[in-house]
Amino acid sequence: MDLLQLAIKTGIYTLMAGTLVFALGVVMLKNLFHAALSLAAVLIGTAILYLVFHAEFMAAAQILLYVGAVITVIIFAIMLTEHIAERSIIQRNKQSLPALLGVLALLVLIGKVLLKTPWPVNPSTLDARVSVSDLGVALMGAYVFPFEVISILLVGALIGAVVIARKDSRP
Amino acid sequence: MNLIPLNHILIFSLALFGIGIYGILTRRNIIGILISIELVLNAANINLIAFSKTTSLSPETGLVFVLFVIAIAAITVAVGLAIVLALYRSRKTIFADEVHLLKW
Repeated sequence: MDLLQLAIKTGIYTLMAGTLVFALGVVMLKNLFHAALSLAAVLIGTAILYLVFHAEFMAAAQILLYVGAVITVIIFAIMLTEHIAERSIIQRNKQSLPALLGVLALLVLIGKVLLKTPWPVNPSTLDARVSVSDLGVALMGAYVFPFEVISILLVGALIGAVVIARKDSRP
Repeated sequence: MNLIPLNHILIFSLALFGIGIYGILTRRNIIGILISIELVLNAANINLIAFSKTTSLSPETGLVFVLFVIAIAAITVAVGLAIVLALYRSRKTIFADEVHLLKW
């Protein structure tokens, strides 16, 4: 039993480290297509992490919506503008060093705050299992207003995207 | 969840967030910036789920908002890539520093 727990723990930490490596790949890789593929790897790693938290429905939604839809759209856009994402063109602007220093300062600040905060762990939620029907009741009950707002926003944004990307037929 | 302390998850998502911010600040390609924004949203999602499983009073809240964040990420990508395509068609560039029509 102890050995099994140790193995699971090692697996989870390895998963987190691998996800971070792929995230670095998203930012660093010169070829944008490879960056999009490692974004897919990061999203799949996150979905497995959701499974560790017993959020199975979220893992499924993550795979379907992110890896299925968002990555496809991104790869389409990369393909449509492909010859501009070539290897020889500089992919990074001149603010690399200041950006790195700023991000490191921000991370140190947030990390300090995060480690000093005593997180009140609620024992009743720790072993609570949220089923899909619980989630549906919450969506249709307490959170029905944001749910409707999101749906209207989604329709508006998709129509807007079509209008923006359409070829202008007028002269 | 009892296996890993909450702090480790939070530090992991903080690292993901930092990498995403760095990408947003340094990428020239607009599609690269959009990809980095996805990383940041993903880090926020991890935090929401971790909190909903440990500190929150009702366990559904975090999950519901993760759904909302995923929907908003999809919206971001759709509108952003539409703008990228329109920009590419009219200006023949997708580099953020070459689009300076409104700059002095």
